Amino acid sequence: MSERSGSEAIQAAFMAAKASDRAALIPFFTAGFPTLGVLPDLVKAAEDGGADIIEIGIPFSDPLADGPVLQQAASEALAQGTRVQAILDLLGQLPTGIPRVFLTYVNPVLRRGYVPFAAEAREAGMAGAIVPDLPWTESSELARAFQHQGLALIPLVAPTSTDKHMRALKSAHGFVYAVSVTGVTGARQGIDGGVEAMVARIRQAVDLPVAIGFGISTPEQARRLGHVADGVIVGSALTQALMAKRANPAQAVYDFLHPMRLALDSR
Amino acid sequence: MATMKRVPDRSGRFGPFGGRYVPETLIPAVDELEAAYRQWRGDAGFKAELKEYLANYVGRPTPLRRADRMSEALGFEVYLKREDLNHTGAHKINNTIGQVLLAKRMQKRRIIAETGAGQHGVATATAASLFGLDAEIFMGEEDVRRQALNVYRMKILGARVIPVTSGTRTLKDATNEAIRDWVTNVRTTFYVIGSVVGPHPYPMMVRDFQAVIGQEARRQVIKASGSLPTHIVACVGGGSNGMGIFYPFRNDPVKLVGIEAAGLGLESGHHAASIAVGEVGVLHGAMSYLLQDEDGQIQPAHSISAGLDYPGVGPEHAYLHKSGRADYYAVTDDEALAAFHQLARWEGIIPALESAHAVAWVIREQASLKQQGARVLINISGRGDKDVDTVFALEQGDQGQ
Repeated sequence: MSERSGSEAIQAAFMAAKASDRAALIPFFTAGFPTLGVLPDLVKAAEDGGADIIEIGIPFSDPLADGPVLQQAASEALAQGTRVQAILDLLGQLPTGIPRVFLTYVNPVLRRGYVPFAAEAREAGMAGAIVPDLPWTESSELARAFQHQGLALIPLVAPTSTDKHMRALKSAHGFVYAVSVTGVTGARQGIDGGVEAMVARIRQAVDLPVAIGFGISTPEQARRLGHVADGVIVGSALTQALMAKRANPAQAVYDFLHPMRLALDSR
Repeated sequence: MATMKRVPDRSGRFGPFGGRYVPETLIPAVDELEAAYRQWRGDAGFKAELKEYLANYVGRPTPLRRADRMSEALGFEVYLKREDLNHTGAHKINNTIGQVLLAKRMQKRRIIAETGAGQHGVATATAASLFGLDAEIFMGEEDVRRQALNVYRMKILGARVIPVTSGTRTLKDATNEAIRDWVTNVRTTFYVIGSVVGPHPYPMMVRDFQAVIGQEARRQVIKASGSLPTHIVACVGGGSNGMGIFYPFRNDPVKLVGIEAAGLGLESGHHAASIAVGEVGVLHGAMSYLLQDEDGQIQPAHSISAGLDYPGVGPEHAYLHKSGRADYYAVTDDEALAAFHQLARWEGIIPALESAHAVAWVIREQASLKQQGARVLINISGRGDKDVDTVFALEQGDQGQ
């Protein structure tokens, strides 16, 4: 494996998508849903379906930024006894592929310790992490631990974010996760009209790729937002597709992502 | 005795505890709340209005009196602060009146709250009704079933009760759901948190609204006994009645004693004693002590008393514990139940099962307190009427075995 840092791998993935004049496709799965064992197949199916970066959720008992679908996926994963160590071990054995980042809450990270977690995440081949209940004002210690390992602690920006927050993005790595709505995760019919303005504010503040998440469910939404941002994130809608087709989850992932990738290609 | 450092600091920290671990969407909301609170708490008009409601609506000051037969039986002086005599039957309303008044000043029309057994839900619904605001109360489905009467009380008061079906379907999940609602409706909604928990400024603000308990008690106990007490004892779930009575005594030579729920026993794993277990983590926006497993997953709490049945504790209690300023002990369900009956027989006061934990510790420590010549002040945070059904069912069940 080359000695490219996690942050660099993320940037390279966005640049490759940009080179073909499209936005990057970033799916999310909860590790342990529908089972932990199937995770390698889901990762492979996502790559085949055209994903550029993958977010892998470490399930948490109290996911207060998530809507009902991702809450259910996390509860089922935990009910089956999904452990953090097992997730790290499994990911460490996967072949190198597109960049993978964790999405989890601060308490599971804190429990292992910021510094040990950063080292373990790198050993597992991860490029970074998103921690939705760790706002920038509380994140400096974890950001340092991540930077030491070359990992990106990916910041979130909300429609309500202030200019002070925008200025703080200057020290960020990887990409900026733009939350499309005030709310929790979950598929939505419409996306907040203010999303263009928010992306413009982020671009003014920092020279990092911007990916939009929260509420994206259809290829058409992805195509439209692909004009606005450098990446689109799909979590709840993909998880719903997995719930509808538990017998063949890898196929469900491919069938969901491939049309979305085609929509992004056809911009 | 050294004067305690002023906490929290500007970033909402009580030493290493507290802070603001909430999604970015909410950061501007907690900033706005903090700015509004700092503005209004010093405002003469706001203070006068709050004082008037506390006096003529809530019924403050609540009495403080020597518990004569209890003192005689135990062999040392015991004083009781009677928060059970507030309107709605517990200390919770001190805080909800304060927060809803603030919501009104901030021109938020919609109030949300979480509730476990329903006491904070009832107190919030009461305050919302008083000021003509809409209230939606999140309550775990399991608690909705167990506390049907409180659900009905909230409805009578005009609030909408929203059953929460996620996770363990209890208080912690109701709190998650209230935070999710707040994230979604942040521009129009005021979240009334019921204890000294949550992201900054809540632990500070709820403590300040509850500090009226300790301010009154300090005057009253000196008037009644001629001196400060040696010990102040309060039950601690999230810990708002405890912070309320401790805070005005923080620089006095008085032992502050917080009593957590040991449930079926600390070794059983079925308890709510976060400080006794002593593992640091983040829940509901603040760093404190929590019940959690090796992966940081939050573990369900257990207590006979629904108000103590919470897997975390307010960050200022964590700070008082770590700095050694307060001492924390745990009392089992059985000890609390015995104290519930004992206080009723000694003093004609049926305490809430929560408050019975504080009474139980004083009974358990009789020998040592007597030897020290203690003068103990107990905060009777609520009345036990709400628990009579539970205790009745429990004792019928025991006899049936």
